[in-house]
Order: sequence, then structure tokens, then C-alpha cells
Amino acid sequence: MIQIFLKEVNEFLNSLIAYITIGVFLSIMGLLLWVFPETSVLDYGYASMETMFAVAPYVFIFLIPAITMRSIAEERKNGTLELLHTLPFTNLDIVLGKFFAGFFLVVFSLIPTVVYYFSLNQLGNPPGNLDTSGIIGSYIGLFLLGAAFTSIGIFASSISTNQIVAFVLAAFLSFMLYAGFDSISSINVWADWSTYIAQVGMMAHYDSLSRGLIDFVDIVYFVGIVTGMVLLTQMNLGFKR
Amino acid sequence: MSIQIDNLLKIYGAQRAVDNLSFEAPKGKITGFLGPNGAGKSTTMKIATGYILPTAGQVIVNGIDVVAHPLEAKRIIGYLPEHNPLYLDMYIKEYLRFVAKSYGFDKSKVNRKVAETIELVGLELEHKKKIGALSKGYRQRVGLGQALIGEPEVLILDEPTSGLDPNQIVEIREVIKQVSQDKTVILSTHIMQEVEALCDKVVVINKGKLVADEALHTFKKRLTRTSGFVLSFESNIDPTPLVNAGFEVEKQSPTSFIVDGSTANLRSGIMAVITENDWPLTSLTQSGGSLEEIFQDLTKGES
Repeated sequence: MIQIFLKEVNEFLNSLIAYITIGVFLSIMGLLLWVFPETSVLDYGYASMETMFAVAPYVFIFLIPAITMRSIAEERKNGTLELLHTLPFTNLDIVLGKFFAGFFLVVFSLIPTVVYYFSLNQLGNPPGNLDTSGIIGSYIGLFLLGAAFTSIGIFASSISTNQIVAFVLAAFLSFMLYAGFDSISSINVWADWSTYIAQVGMMAHYDSLSRGLIDFVDIVYFVGIVTGMVLLTQMNLGFKR
Repeated sequence: MSIQIDNLLKIYGAQRAVDNLSFEAPKGKITGFLGPNGAGKSTTMKIATGYILPTAGQVIVNGIDVVAHPLEAKRIIGYLPEHNPLYLDMYIKEYLRFVAKSYGFDKSKVNRKVAETIELVGLELEHKKKIGALSKGYRQRVGLGQALIGEPEVLILDEPTSGLDPNQIVEIREVIKQVSQDKTVILSTHIMQEVEALCDKVVVINKGKLVADEALHTFKKRLTRTSGFVLSFESNIDPTPLVNAGFEVEKQSPTSFIVDGSTANLRSGIMAVITENDWPLTSLTQSGGSLEEIFQDLTKGES
């Protein structure tokens, strides 16, 4: 698994993928948090990272499928998947190697934003007047969300040899799982069950983590999604032979 | 210590790509795996490497069932796929190192194997290049290096020399011959000279079914016509004197004939008749008697 992981990370670093993804993510976050007047904390006058945590999932919905769309689709198209399959790797090695490489990139795009926390900490009145536990919870939520989107992206990439199909499918699935269930739950017809339906989606769990309460259930939920997707992808690799 | 294929069956939809195929590739020998395009060669090889699962039947490589214990089997098999897929953005050394590491070698062994393999397949001059920058022949060497670097006991090579120029073909064959001594090698091809030059054993399949499985010298004995000559003349001639001399003559055009006979020294016999009649001979070439002919005979039926 570690060999596949290293190969993938090398591929990210040798191509522009890593730099573009991290660069774009940080640009969007920086602009939204500090520059654009509608969302800027400087204009808002209240020291909070809320803006970033509200927007980051939507940026991830587009960026992460862009990172993962090639991972298996391209190998299948070029025939190099045959190589991986005939070297002493298990299907799980291949999937996990690719998953962790994608997740690695997500983590590295999030880490620089920690700087914002220290800047905001100084801007608070008095300095330090910031919801630190909420921010820690939100970061954990974002990492888990990133992991879930990565696993969805890898799964989508294993379905087709066409990268665009993989991208669109991954973005759609990620969006539906993140925001879709929350919106569906607000339809009047099943108002009685709306809380349960919302619980199926990621947003409810992400919001709950953002409040600073690290609930075991939320973590299990995200880990469950990742595990499920990894297993589905692994099965998919096994089927198509 | 061999590859044993037992009643292998692979069905794609309604098509039986491999149809109850059984044969064995012995250790220390090179087995030539022949068949027309689409006969099921690549499918059989892919099943033997564990990449494709068979519908029924089994492949035993050195006592290991490929389907039941894929990981163990993959450790002892080196495989060069048909179109030689490679990571074009990787450097040769990077790629070979990746493959070597996948076999679980430690660091010093990885470095040693990479250096050895680069030398073995003749990539010393190119070793700093990216694979994408290599010509087809060199890419084929990288592919062969990939198949060899894990110290496999069994080598499965799917058309290792296809698309190479004549010099490269000879060089690749040399490498295969060199490494084959203590390994089991199966190589697929449809170049008959290759079979003659390399293989000890020949397995021919057609439409997924086995049509021949024997040692090369036995295979050569299948030749029905050991010899025969194509004669071309500058002007029209009447071949009656040849018929009278006891040869079988097949007329292709008024100036060209295929002549065959049971006499031991056919060539001098024909020449004698030609000089006797003073015919304007332009060429005399041997026809038939080649492995191509056996191949065609074996594989043309029912198509």
C-alpha cells in the first residue's frame, strides 16, 4: 500500500495537480475570508472563521473530485491498472494507497489555513476572544469531510474510464450526501421524519462537529462512509476482470 | 515447477474466449504460445497472471493455484502485458524501483536489482530519461525489465517483440534466452521465426481450443510438404518436360509454376530439366516447408 501511496503522491507533485489544487483552495479561502466585502471578517467586525467553514465544503465538492477523477479511471484507460493488478498488490492496497494520497493532498491544502486562526485570534477584542473549541471541531469536521469526499471520488473514478464522468459523478454524489439530504428533509411531506433524514446527510454531522462537540457518533458516521466507499471501490476493482 | 493449465474456460457473454484449454509449460524451457489474433492467447495469459478470473478450470503456477492464492502467485510471476502499459511520466529508475519495492525487497536489494536490470535489458544509456521520452524499442525493454526485476520463477510475455525493428527483435530475444535458463517462460507471438529461434515447445490454440501441444522438433515434423519450388520464367513455357521427369507441377500463370516431387535432391533435378530445355529462368525460390504453413493449416479451419 505504501508504494502505491508514494507513487501517487509523487505523481501529484510531479504534475501540476498538487500545486493547482492547494493554490486554488487557499486563494478562494483567503479571498472570501479577508477580501470580498460580503464575507470578509474585517467588514463583518466579528472574529470568527465561520465563513471559511461554511464555504470550504462547497469548494471541496468541486476540488476533491478534480483530484481523484484520474486516480483509477486513467490507469484503467492506459492499461497500467493491469500492471498494478499483476504486481503483488491486493485490490485493497491499490484503493487505500490512492485514497490516502488524495487525502494527503486535502490535508495539505487545509493546514495553511491554520494561520488564519492565529491572525483572527489577534484581531479579536480582547485578543483571544475566539471560539477555539468550535474551530477545532470544525477542522476535525473538515478533515473528515475531505476524507469522505476523497473516498467518494475514488469510487467514482473506479466506475468509468472517462475522467469527466468520474468527476461529475463524484461531485454529484458528494453534493447529494453533503447538502442533499438536509434539503430533502425540509420537504413537507415527511416532516415527521425530517430529523432522521437530515442525519443521513453529512451536513448534520459536520454542523454538530462545528459546534465544538466532538461526538463519537459523528466520527463513526464519517469513518463509516469512508470504509463503505473503499470497500465498494475494492469490490468494483475485483468485479471488472 | 511449471505452469499447468487445466480445463481453462473463460466465457465473455456468448463467446467462449478460452474453451477447455489444458497444457503445461515445463521449467527451464521456453514455451511458444501461438494462435491467430483473437484466439484467446492474451486472455489465457491474463488468467495465468491472476488479472482475469476464469469461468472454470484452474492455473497452477509452481504448485500455487492462481485463483485461490493470487498474491503468492503474483510474487513469482513476471508479466509483460501485450501493449506494454507504462507510466510515461515516471523516470526509468523510478519506475523500476517502484516495481522492485512492490515485491517487498529491502532498500539495498532494490538498488541492486534496479542496477542489474538496467544493465540486463540494455538501458544504461537511457537510464536518466523519462519513460515517455523513450522509443518503442526502449519502452519494450523497460517493460521486460519490469517483468524481470522481481526475480520471478515464471515469465509470461505477451508478444514481447511486436512492433520492434529487426535489430531490436534480435536483442530482446537474446535477453529472453539469457534469462530463461532457470525459469519457466511462456511467450506468445505470431512470428514463426521467433518460435524457431527461441522456443523449445510449441502450443497452438485456435478459437480458444488447443490444436497442438508438442516439442518444437515434433511440431516441425508436421510439415507435409518438406520442400517445393516456385519457378518464374521470362517468357511463357510449356511445363510438360517437368511433368515427364516425374515432378508435380502446379501452374500459377504461364510464366510461373510451383514444382514439387518426392526425389531427394529436388533442386538439382529441376535445374537439370531447366538447363536441358534452356528455359529463361528468372527466379527459383523455395516455397512451403516453413512453420507458417503448419500454423496456417492448424488454424484456418471453421472460420
